[in-house]
Amino acid sequence: MTGFVLRRLLAAVPTLIAVLTLVFIIVRIVPGDPALVILGDQATPEAIAALRTRLGLDRSLWAQYFSFITSALVGDFGVSMVTGRSIMAEVGAVLPHTIDLTLASMIFGIVIGVPVGIWAALHRNGVVDVAARVLSLLGLSFPVFVSGIFLLLAFSLHWRWFPVIGSADLSDYGDRLHKLVLPTVALGLVMAAYITRVTRSAMLQSLGEDYIRTARAKGVPWRRVVWVHGLRNASIPIVTVVGLYVGILLGNSVLTEIVFNRPGLGKIIVGALNQRDYTMLQGLMVIYCFLIVVVNLITDLLYGVIDPRVKAE
Amino acid sequence: MTAPVLIVEGLRKHFVAKKGFPKPRTIRVRAVEDISFTIHAGEAFGLVGESGCGKSTAARALLRLIEPDAGTVTWKGENVLTAKGAALKALRRRMQIVFQDPYSSLDPRQSIGSALMEPMHVHGLAEGQEARRRAGALLEEVGLPPAALDRFPHEFSGGQRQRIGIARALTVEPELIVADEPVSALDVSVQAQVLLLMQDLRKRRGLSFLFVSHDLSVVRWFCDRVAVMYLGRIVEEGPAGRVLANPMHPYAQMLRDASPVPDPARRGVLPRIIGEIPSAANPPPGCPFHPRCVHAMPQCSQVMPGWTLAAGDNQGGVACHLHG
Amino acid sequence: MSTTQELVAPPAPAGWKRALGKARSNPTTAVGVVICIIIMAAAILAPWVAPYDPADQDIFNRLQPPSAEFWLGTDQFGRDILSRLMWGGRISLTVSLGAIFAAAIIGGAIGLISGYIGGRFDLFVMQVMDVLLSFPSLILGLIVVALLGPELINLVVAIALTAIAPFARVARAPTMALKERAFVEAGRALGFSHTRVLFRHILPNIMSEVMVMGTLWLATAVRVEASLSFIGLGVKPPTATWGGMTRDGFENILDAPWLAVFPGLAILFLVLGLNMVGDGLRDATDPKLRNE
Ligand SMILES: Nc1ncnc2c1ncn2[C@@H]1O[C@H](COP(=O)(O)OP(=O)(O)OP(=O)(O)O)[C@@H](O)[C@H]1O
Ligand code: SF4
Ligand SMILES: [Mg+2]
Repeated sequence: MTGFVLRRLLAAVPTLIAVLTLVFIIVRIVPGDPALVILGDQATPEAIAALRTRLGLDRSLWAQYFSFITSALVGDFGVSMVTGRSIMAEVGAVLPHTIDLTLASMIFGIVIGVPVGIWAALHRNGVVDVAARVLSLLGLSFPVFVSGIFLLLAFSLHWRWFPVIGSADLSDYGDRLHKLVLPTVALGLVMAAYITRVTRSAMLQSLGEDYIRTARAKGVPWRRVVWVHGLRNASIPIVTVVGLYVGILLGNSVLTEIVFNRPGLGKIIVGALNQRDYTMLQGLMVIYCFLIVVVNLITDLLYGVIDPRVKAE
Repeated sequence: MTAPVLIVEGLRKHFVAKKGFPKPRTIRVRAVEDISFTIHAGEAFGLVGESGCGKSTAARALLRLIEPDAGTVTWKGENVLTAKGAALKALRRRMQIVFQDPYSSLDPRQSIGSALMEPMHVHGLAEGQEARRRAGALLEEVGLPPAALDRFPHEFSGGQRQRIGIARALTVEPELIVADEPVSALDVSVQAQVLLLMQDLRKRRGLSFLFVSHDLSVVRWFCDRVAVMYLGRIVEEGPAGRVLANPMHPYAQMLRDASPVPDPARRGVLPRIIGEIPSAANPPPGCPFHPRCVHAMPQCSQVMPGWTLAAGDNQGGVACHLHG
Repeated sequence: MSTTQELVAPPAPAGWKRALGKARSNPTTAVGVVICIIIMAAAILAPWVAPYDPADQDIFNRLQPPSAEFWLGTDQFGRDILSRLMWGGRISLTVSLGAIFAAAIIGGAIGLISGYIGGRFDLFVMQVMDVLLSFPSLILGLIVVALLGPELINLVVAIALTAIAPFARVARAPTMALKERAFVEAGRALGFSHTRVLFRHILPNIMSEVMVMGTLWLATAVRVEASLSFIGLGVKPPTATWGGMTRDGFENILDAPWLAVFPGLAILFLVLGLNMVGDGLRDATDPKLRNE
């Protein structure tokens, strides 16, 4: 197992460098001169030159690339151009909120999606199955800010069950949980819908496999067949979708944070956009990269746990 | 005897694949090791052997559908393997191929008419109404109604598609047709019709054929000469009558003995032969056939037998120590 | 020779038509098509049928609830919501269609060529696509628009960029299967160039996959465009965009909740309609499901 983990860790480094390269291209090369972007067309040449020096843009592109990659790899994400504070510190302060929300939505999606998907697969073309298919298509179609606003209107403004303001005191767990409910549902809806669909089709496929029929013929109880054999096989696609969706959750949390006025990574990114905080944007992209690479790594490791063949390969 | 049109010498094609992670091993499949033969104008030349012995690979390599690793292929004195651009395109007109699987050999989204007119357009042979007229005539020549021009492949049966495949090959007025098991994917009842059609075309148009097949009785009926392949090499070659009736090579004898005589129900079924087919990825040393040969001698496992001419004029030859 | 006796296989419509026929008989798809047609018609016909000018401010009719005069109410400047929704639909559809069109062409070409060439080149290209794919589309779109500026064309570029990788994947898989088919080799043997084989013979055969993908990603594009406008990175006001209108409504949510609800519903319905159509088409073209 340790060897497997190490191998995967090593394999993640090139991916990380590739993603960082992409970030560099998007942030540094696509828009032309960042100094001009930040200061606007009216800026004096002197101001632009000064900013270029400050941001290190006067060095060669290769030198910039090299120092960007190396500092990112050792965890140095730089300093905000606007506040002068370390980006890591700014992000660290709000990261618990983002992680709360992402994890909660993920759990919400799994807790709803997996059982409903299994149920639908077992009662194929029944009422539950049709309802699950229609509703999951609906859930899939909700932009996060629309579901967020609808939930807010219904449960905070109409029934007043939940607060409108979402920023919670991190040390008060009850408050933290209470304020997490609506954002979680809003953000987790799409995930629940996706997981329902994937679970359903994966279960249908795995229940159709020969050895499942054999197990049934041999008299293994149906319940056991479904849970042990069926679900084990269905779990690979489910894990894949969950892994893929964590990235989407992270992206969509921007919208959730705006609607529910929660602090978090998304809020910071929007703030940085408005203030043209170029170094902050760059640092945030790098942090997103790390998060996504880590999630992919965990997905890979989970494959190994679920299916020993993956490890042996 | 007529002049040679196609001369193949020392043709070789290996497939290299890397397998395994993290320590990849290189596997080299010696699909075609060393093949030489000559086809004369109007002649039908058969290529027989067990599945996997490299028949299709040899056919595709000499047409440059895959690039061979070594050897020479000469079409009427012109080097096929070094031809480029316009010269290669011109050579492609001379040699055409008919495939085994009639279902995958036609583009499912292209009407029959378009499939027949496109090659004429590419080679500047005919355009518009003239191309359509020619396409219709070709369909008639292969026994299909000209109305088929506006239909799509899925509307035809396997035998009809094979006829269309043949018509398409004829659009560029080739002199040689490589037929890679042209009937083995068809229903037995249809096989004879398609074979008769090819025989007919051969006589009428004076076509040469390279005819690849499993089926010895078909080869004997269709071909003038035949080569027996084993693990990427030709082990015996000669007039079809002689090689198939009185083979010299022990492998060819085995093929003959295992071949079901005229029972059409078993046509196209591979004759069962004793012993395991050795892998082209790991051919044995010496005579490649020695692990399965009932006549094997000590030298067979060490020394590769050379080529020995058979007695008589133009009776071909054999690669076996028994005849060395 | 008795060719007429060889039975002609029963005529079956070609793949794409068959898929359409099958999709039409699926009620979900039919509903989706109706939803999409209504929304598209409203957007296209906006200049002629919208009751008011979308930019006309009316200070005497600010924040009006829905009424016979203003079917969906008015916003904080007294502008008619229904008219703005119809005009906003034009932006949504233009941006999304433009982006998906561009992504389908660029991504499709990448997948087609990469799959056809194969080998190390293909491996490298697909690795690059995986990297692109691993980025959440909203974040990628956000950054690109922020750097390029919130213009319509930049929105198209940003959204197209997020959708290139999936199209490359979708085009590549069937290309790799098709290039092994004998008709490709037959074309080569007939002297066709690689370009001809690729674009005249392989491309038409992967079109249905790419088009199904297009409908599904059109839904995503509509969502991303709306999200960007909601964040404030959409086409600049006073141009009406659904996301921007939702944002304006959200800021007045205590006084006039309908301001946020109607544009939100418009986005939801369009995305849902597109998903329904895409889903039906996919089921109809998926060979795994075809035999069920
Ligand atoms: N593209 C390829 N890559 C790797 N190996 C290949 C490839 N094509 C053929 N081979 C291998 O080369 C050998 C010869 O194959 P070939 O298709 O030429 O045999 P064949 O005599 O035509 O057999 P059959 O009668 O089954 O058609 C086989 O072992 C096959 O697996
Ligand atoms: S050379 Fe030896 S092993 Fe090979 S066929 Fe002849 S007798 Fe048999
Ligand atoms: Mg073959």
